Amino acid sequence: MTGGGTTAATEAVERIGRSDRRKDAAEKIRGRAQFSGDVELPRMVHGKVLRSEVPHARIASIDVSAAEAMPGVVRVLVGSELEHFDPYWGHAIKDRPILAIDRVRFAGEPVAAIAAEDEATAEAAMREIIVSYEELPVVGTLADAIADEAPLVHEGELRPGLFHGLGTLPEREGNTCYRYRLDAGSVEVAEAEAALSVEDTYEFPAVYQYAMETHTVVADFRDGELTLWASCQHPFLVRAEIADLFNLPIGRVRVIVPYLGGGFGSKSYTKMEPITAALAWKVGRPVRIQNRVDESMVTTRRHGMRCRMRTTATRDGKLCSRSVRLWLDTGAYADNGPRVCATAGDAAPGPYRWEAVHVDASCVYSNTAPAGSYRAFGAVHLQWIGELQIDELARQAGVDPVEIRRRNLLRPGERVRPDGSGKPLDADLVGDVEKAAAAIDWSEPKPEWTGRGVAVGLLAAGAAPVSHANVRMEVDGTVEVNVGTTEMGQGARTVMAQLAAHELAIDLDRITVQGADTRFTPYDRSTGASRSTTLAGLAVQRAAADLRERLVEVAAESWGASREELGVADGVVTGGGRAASYVDLLVERAGFAGGELVGHGEVRPEGDSGSYAEGPVFWEVCVGAAEVAVDPETGRVAVNKMATIADVGKAINPMLVERQDEGAVVQGVGNALFEEMVYADGYLTNDNLLEYRIPRVEDMPARMGGIIVENADGPGPYGAKGCGEGAQAATPAAIATALADAGVPMSELPFTPERVWRRIQSLKEV
Amino acid sequence: MTETAVELVVNGDRLGLAVPAQELLLDTLRGRLGLTGAKRSCDVQVCGTCTVLVDGEPVSSCTYLTCDADGRDVLTIEGFAESSEFEEFERAFTDRAALQCGFCIPGFVLTLKALRDAGELRSREDVIRGLDGSICRCTGYKSIVEAAEELVGSPAISPAAPRGGGE
Repeated sequence: MTGGGTTAATEAVERIGRSDRRKDAAEKIRGRAQFSGDVELPRMVHGKVLRSEVPHARIASIDVSAAEAMPGVVRVLVGSELEHFDPYWGHAIKDRPILAIDRVRFAGEPVAAIAAEDEATAEAAMREIIVSYEELPVVGTLADAIADEAPLVHEGELRPGLFHGLGTLPEREGNTCYRYRLDAGSVEVAEAEAALSVEDTYEFPAVYQYAMETHTVVADFRDGELTLWASCQHPFLVRAEIADLFNLPIGRVRVIVPYLGGGFGSKSYTKMEPITAALAWKVGRPVRIQNRVDESMVTTRRHGMRCRMRTTATRDGKLCSRSVRLWLDTGAYADNGPRVCATAGDAAPGPYRWEAVHVDASCVYSNTAPAGSYRAFGAVHLQWIGELQIDELARQAGVDPVEIRRRNLLRPGERVRPDGSGKPLDADLVGDVEKAAAAIDWSEPKPEWTGRGVAVGLLAAGAAPVSHANVRMEVDGTVEVNVGTTEMGQGARTVMAQLAAHELAIDLDRITVQGADTRFTPYDRSTGASRSTTLAGLAVQRAAADLRERLVEVAAESWGASREELGVADGVVTGGGRAASYVDLLVERAGFAGGELVGHGEVRPEGDSGSYAEGPVFWEVCVGAAEVAVDPETGRVAVNKMATIADVGKAINPMLVERQDEGAVVQGVGNALFEEMVYADGYLTNDNLLEYRIPRVEDMPARMGGIIVENADGPGPYGAKGCGEGAQAATPAAIATALADAGVPMSELPFTPERVWRRIQSLKEV
Repeated sequence: MTETAVELVVNGDRLGLAVPAQELLLDTLRGRLGLTGAKRSCDVQVCGTCTVLVDGEPVSSCTYLTCDADGRDVLTIEGFAESSEFEEFERAFTDRAALQCGFCIPGFVLTLKALRDAGELRSREDVIRGLDGSICRCTGYKSIVEAAEELVGSPAISPAAPRGGGE
């Protein structure tokens, strides 16, 4: 024992449920944290991508001779050089060539890649490439895409990608690449019983995630092995997709993920890795490609959507039926569109008890930039619409909006999907919405043009439940947590360290957590769908417990004691009147100051019907309440108060939970009030941060706060479940219902001053 | 390409460089000097993640020519982190986890330092106005504003105080 003092076990110290400081704070504040763009390799060249200037065209010719002749240019690569293998990728649908082949389908599509000794030369060379386009009819909008006789963005068979995961792909019908239906009961029969109804068409804009770090990849191809340093959320899925694309064994592709400068879904799945890898392969030297903001805006975005919804209820406000027809604009390539479509379809009914539900959701190609994941996808699209309709029915029935929800919301244990499939509800939604309403002073009097609203929703969360982790103890007692979760700002490394510290009864500062290096890090499916704490965290908890048991085993063997009488506290195994520090046990085991102990933990689909094996892993709660004030003269909307519920089961680090919700609220405010990618004839007209406004400090709600709810009803460690997305879906929805309460029901996001003002004028005319 | 001779002081070190006339300060710092605390993002002076101090004033190094820094004093986050004054900033941000991905935080810290040195960090209103040129997509700003409010007032340690070592 060190210190020579008493060896008696001290009181167990709780290392979870504690707002420990972030493990990465000093590195980040001091500017030392490494991001992908900081990686420098010997002989590295700089890559640039020439992108299509037109939204839809046949490529007649590409002349790269002038560019290639420039001093400092190493290589120019075009799509026709990649046709000796299958150069198409896409985790959901294999619809996307590494570089355009014969045809471009959106303005911004990569046409050629240039490698040069420095960035300036690569930029200059880009301007010397001459591409001749024969323009084709442009499918510029959702309306164009779903019109009869619409020009086709893609022809031929839909090929499933490696991670389609959504059953059989449908036959192609027009520009639709995926369709999700959900039916329960007969809407016709249910509507016959209903006395109240509301029906309208709603529009949701395409928006940009804006992770401040743009997509950045460094690729090095040598000796038959490809190494990528990539700003990606899901290194293991990227590894598999890249291995498949370049016909390499998975073990010969290595993905290393430094810190991410934000993700929010924009770095989920594969993005700039195929082009960078192809260029590195052809050049034979390491290559770095770092997007500009205008390039990242056309790399991925959130889906724009049109939705027709009809909801009915009895005269006293009992909900009867909902029917939904929606179309999501996934742009020129599917990206994660099919999954977004299914999640939107799942979110469409809202967490209510229905007599009948009909949902028909289509994911549609157009000649715009591809759309993929963005925080709370699907839920954010549908919740504001569904909740506006609930409030309209409450108004017609003369029932308070909180009361109509109290009567109709699902209770814990009830089936969420109206068709009875999937995991039952694992949250107390009535309690959640009551807390949110109370936090914005629901029953207090309010002035004219001020409104209050609540919003309740659920988001299928967790993705596929496969995560592994190792926890390794060195002979001096320091511990490394080896887990594939990507630290993109959410605080995952801190939470993982807390979980290991708690299980091992050691201090947090003994523990380090690194980013993923797929060569050494155990497999973790992905970092998204709010799954890190729940699933990777569970793997870490199990790995740390495994390590603890191994330490106890060493002591039991050494002392001839039974394991049951031994326990751990503060880095010491005690019991049977004896005690030994972990360090002493490790030394004893090796016979000298060497060796190590490793614990392993894993999570895989477990349990029967209704468990997370069936999916989703958990239902993420999306509950919020807002108070807004609208200026009828200008149409400007101010968010006075915003409350969100972090229904997390157990908060491993409450401070980090609060930070997650605060960030989600302000992104939600942007989505609700001003963010919108403006397309005209297939051209993005605001592809910069001067014209695409990101919320600034002045845009945060005057009063905002997250309320943490801990009912230990999650499948993660200590009953935890994920958070961070729910508040993003709840925020636009609560702002929408509050604005309707103020007298301005809106059917098109964002609620810009002009749109709100026009709506006020049109209501005056009625 | 024609190169221009530039003399500047970066984090206390006097440097003589030959750079193309159009080279941006951000590229000089990151590419030539390996000072990667300043980041590239918007390229149009909106986001603030490339902020460094030139003669004590915050500038967007993504749109500032290295030639224009000739004869001037540049402070990056790496330099500021060496000072004793920095500890107070670090504590304010760390205590309430007023950071997430961390990409923008050096820019916020340097902007606040410049505001405070100029005596323009006196109130919450000053904080809101002063941080208008800095975007954070992760935190929702609330915790950053609270951290900044803790720094309101004059520097706890005068910048003129001796710092040890000859400068």
